[in-house]
Amino acid sequence: MIDQPSETKIEQRVRTVIVHGRWTGYRMLLTARLKEMTREPEMIFWIFLFPVLLALGLGIAFRNKPPDAVRIVIVQQPGSARIAELLQRSPDAHSLKIDVLASAQADLGFRLGKFDVEMVPSGAGVEYVYDPARPESMLARSLADSALQAGAGSKPAVPTASRVNTEPGSRYIDFLIPGLLGMNLMGSGMWGIGFAIVEMRQRKLLKRYVATPMGRGDFLLALASSRLILMMAELLLVLGFGVYAFHMRVMGSWAAILLVSCLGALSFSALGLLTASRAQKIETASGIMNSVMMPMWIFSGIFFSYERFPAVVIPIIKLLPLTALNDMLRSIILEGGSLSSQSAPLAVICGWGAASFFLAVRFFRWT
Amino acid sequence: MHDQIVVHCKNLRKTYEGKVEAVRGIDLTIYVGQCYGLLGPNGAGKTTTIEILEGLLDASSGTVEILGLNWRQHSAELRESLGVSLQETRLSEKLTVRETLELFGGFYRNARPVADVMEELSLMEKADSWVGKLSGGQKQRLAIATALVGNPRVLFLDEPTTGLDPQSRRQVWEIVRRFQGEGGTVLLTTHYMDEAERLCDYISIVDQGKVIAAGTPAELISGVGGHHCVEFALDTKPAVSAEYWRTLPGVGGIMNEDGVIALTVEEPHLTIPALLALVEQNGWKLNQLTTRQSSLEDVFVNLTGRRLREE
Repeated sequence: MIDQPSETKIEQRVRTVIVHGRWTGYRMLLTARLKEMTREPEMIFWIFLFPVLLALGLGIAFRNKPPDAVRIVIVQQPGSARIAELLQRSPDAHSLKIDVLASAQADLGFRLGKFDVEMVPSGAGVEYVYDPARPESMLARSLADSALQAGAGSKPAVPTASRVNTEPGSRYIDFLIPGLLGMNLMGSGMWGIGFAIVEMRQRKLLKRYVATPMGRGDFLLALASSRLILMMAELLLVLGFGVYAFHMRVMGSWAAILLVSCLGALSFSALGLLTASRAQKIETASGIMNSVMMPMWIFSGIFFSYERFPAVVIPIIKLLPLTALNDMLRSIILEGGSLSSQSAPLAVICGWGAASFFLAVRFFRWT
Repeated sequence: MHDQIVVHCKNLRKTYEGKVEAVRGIDLTIYVGQCYGLLGPNGAGKTTTIEILEGLLDASSGTVEILGLNWRQHSAELRESLGVSLQETRLSEKLTVRETLELFGGFYRNARPVADVMEELSLMEKADSWVGKLSGGQKQRLAIATALVGNPRVLFLDEPTTGLDPQSRRQVWEIVRRFQGEGGTVLLTTHYMDEAERLCDYISIVDQGKVIAAGTPAELISGVGGHHCVEFALDTKPAVSAEYWRTLPGVGGIMNEDGVIALTVEEPHLTIPALLALVEQNGWKLNQLTTRQSSLEDVFVNLTGRRLREE
């Protein structure tokens, strides 16, 4: 229990007072935010583990496999033995898998996808049965044919040579990692800022803060910069993982990557701020954020190139902030592009960030 | 010293869009060193009033002056000198008590050392516990600590003891008294009449957005006509008006609540024998007879015909 102070104690009492500088509030907010975030186990999972697991999973699923053997079935008829022998004699024989079966079995096998192409001896020649809708069937037909011609001793009209190139840079994982980086910068910027704000609003903590002399700008700045610190750590981790586990090559400068990522993170933080500027409930904010992010998940070229969309919509896709960020990251990481060559996407991302921040501060609901 | 005005507001009104008027013309004058209470039932407009004074809500009309300053021109200065505890703020659960106070202290140009405040509010042993792990009473003390860490001159507490157990409530009262004892000025809202009676030097009773009575607890209680209250009930309901009982000696106020008649009197030893005689004379029978001290509850019932806390 607390003793009631007596009159004499009151007279003697001198309150010690500490004098704080301009940036004490900001510093305290920043450290408090960082502590809070690192004390959330889920947060550690989503920021650090999830992107690495995703990269690992997709990297394995789409890893460059040794080319599959072409599966050929020859229908059992007079002449089928000769065709098989010609194929075996060709220089590509090692990538051919040849079966000789009765007509009914061969048809069934082809229909079930066990074989890519069916060869029917007819007279001195051969008839190919293939499905133009199956890319591997098309490939098998032309490979079988060239093997057959070569095995029969025909010389190519134009001399050709081949060289194998499986160098890092052109693989799916190389395309994927910058996309994942962009997606994570968007996700953690928006969720991280948006959820934190709505939660604090719900807890009436925002209201409690503005009842103190706290600088409102300091508060927003601390929120964004605490995220930025975490996101930079995440960026280095994911990119480092790509370099270490998938032997990715970073062609451009790390400084440019960091700068572009910072801009992206700040821009998406501002967008998160905007989506959460009025929402009173987590559900509302979550709905708004999902509908803002959904088009970017689809159109901004995270998992596949947006060049696949019709040409008319591509200029619109390029105006999305995530498209701009992904384009810049790919250009710098994969092609060694310089910052100065990125003026258009840089303008897009800064424009989104500045406009969102301006609107967010204008409409922000503190209480 | 005691005539220095700390908070002065005049004809305060607040109308929420599309809703009824929450505050309908409130005047308050709070002097330095006072503990001023806004007492009233839930929904009376206490929170709206205190949040206007805290600069968190804009009044629809009326003037507010605190320490001679106003919110429009001097909000930064005012925030430095006020300590605020809101109703139902949930502080970050994953920060410790010490970290929370360091954070709040960091907002003020002049702050008190966190250790001093924790010591004063008996939070020392919980200094490194997460806020989420504190009991209700400890959380409330921390909420008040976040207000005190800025070394305020004026403390605004909105329902500081609602939902707390009796011991925690007494601890909060001690904290308020200590702050007041050091020269601080306090404005608190409450719907507990015992809290207002024991803690406050001056009380405004608020109902439906208006101050319906104001004064020191003693003044308010003597306003109901006596410091004692005689309550009785008869087995039959006699066809007499409430005024019938005024013939008894020394009756100040009369309240009738569901057949229980409460008389406020100054000298129960004169009133009770007369009451018994009157009952006997009429051939009625008493079902119940008790006496107690008059309270602010009686003041409220007397003024509104309702209780402060409707069950």
